[in-house]
Amino acid sequence: MSELLKTPLNAVHRALGAKMVDFGGWDMPVQYPAGIIAEHVAVRTKVGLFDVSHMGEIRVKGPQAMAFLDWLTPNAVVKLAHGQIHYTAFLYENGTFVDDLLLHKIADDHFLLVVNASNVEKDFAWVKQHAAKWDVEVTNESDQTGQVALQGPLSMDVLQPLVDIDLSQIKYYWFAFGKFKGMPAMFARTGYTGEDGFEVYCPAEKTEWVWNELMMSGQPLGLVPTGLGCRNTLRLEAKMALYGHEIDDTTNALEADLGWIIKLQKGEFLGREALATLKEQGFSRRLVGFRMLEKREIARDHMDVLVDGKKAGYVTSGSPSTTCGFNLGLAYVPVSHAPLGSRIHIDIRGKACEAEVIPTPFYKRAK
Amino acid sequence: MYPADVKYTKNHEYIKPLGDGTALVGITHYAQEALGDVVFVDMPEVGAAFKAGDEFGTVESVKTVSEIFIPSACEVLEINAELEAHPEYVNEDAYGKGWMLKVKLDGALNPELLDAAAYEALVSAESH
Repeated sequence: MSELLKTPLNAVHRALGAKMVDFGGWDMPVQYPAGIIAEHVAVRTKVGLFDVSHMGEIRVKGPQAMAFLDWLTPNAVVKLAHGQIHYTAFLYENGTFVDDLLLHKIADDHFLLVVNASNVEKDFAWVKQHAAKWDVEVTNESDQTGQVALQGPLSMDVLQPLVDIDLSQIKYYWFAFGKFKGMPAMFARTGYTGEDGFEVYCPAEKTEWVWNELMMSGQPLGLVPTGLGCRNTLRLEAKMALYGHEIDDTTNALEADLGWIIKLQKGEFLGREALATLKEQGFSRRLVGFRMLEKREIARDHMDVLVDGKKAGYVTSGSPSTTCGFNLGLAYVPVSHAPLGSRIHIDIRGKACEAEVIPTPFYKRAK
Repeated sequence: MYPADVKYTKNHEYIKPLGDGTALVGITHYAQEALGDVVFVDMPEVGAAFKAGDEFGTVESVKTVSEIFIPSACEVLEINAELEAHPEYVNEDAYGKGWMLKVKLDGALNPELLDAAAYEALVSAESH
């Protein structure tokens, strides 16, 4: 096995007693001693702190930056204001996924793309390769950039005392530059949990200091360090896609129920032709949310979906849900069984277990 | 972590003889730590008879699911009904409140079981 990559917070996690796992080649904390359920509840009710320094940051600058990204990605980059963020993707010509990402517009000629850790090299090569024909400069700043995610209803209370800007002025999916105890940093009101929160970007060598300051500021408010285990259960309840599960190079953006990031009307973009054809001709399967009807039955990733006793799809993510109190999941099913209320079966270790297609997201926070 | 009055399997179950031909069966502290928060334990019926190595149920945690195996031939006398409402007992007290089965041993204890020292050596080899 090759050496796992480490974030700047690796020693901090170990000192906190984290259980470490190999996550896409990174040595990451799956949970701390409190455990996944307690960490999940902390984010839903108070606040949790995640190390997300493994995420990749790709900067795109230049006179044609906006036009280039509007062509490279399916969402409408030209509609973004300075300081605004949207969720989008890199798509292959056939409409399947290279990766999904958050696109931050700093200026018309300056964008920051935040991509999945396990895909950084592939994504950087992808952007670089297509950038050749455009007047843009693409840099991979992943190694130099630290990132922590403060998530939960008390996030602002933890972060505000440490920064020199008014965080309440940053709307959801917007960002701003400011100073964190004097150090320049970027504060984005984003996250992967379905809760309010902030993702703080800073130089890699400052990450440990930022983490410790946040832990100290948050302790009186119930802040706990939170690992990838609860990050997965939180994002699943909020029905946020995970590359390698809901989306990959075999699933297209329409069947993944991500039609809302596909702006067919905006003009040419990579993957448009295939998606326009799919939209017109229809597609055979769709990603849906389901709940298990029997409380003891838990669907897991990669299990088969059965319709009339035959394999008709698969579970992309399945888990008990702490917030909902039942066992849920996401699955690709035939479009005939995608409507709400449809009954499907999941093959759980050889037993056909009944599930119902239910509305998503499974969890939505009160505004 | 490795009590001396129980015997261990390589699959991380334990059996704790009670001295009267009966024993308690559960999963080890190391096993519960590897699984993380336990949410459900699927257990056999009272009266079921097993040979050493038979699968007797599954433990579901938030992250994963694991099959569990019988350490030594036995018949199930009782299942720990408390785990239905409190699966977290498996995490909190694997060798105590987290027991799963009370069994009647069928013959001598399986000679392949590990003692505390051998099991500790196995675990430290696995976690490095």
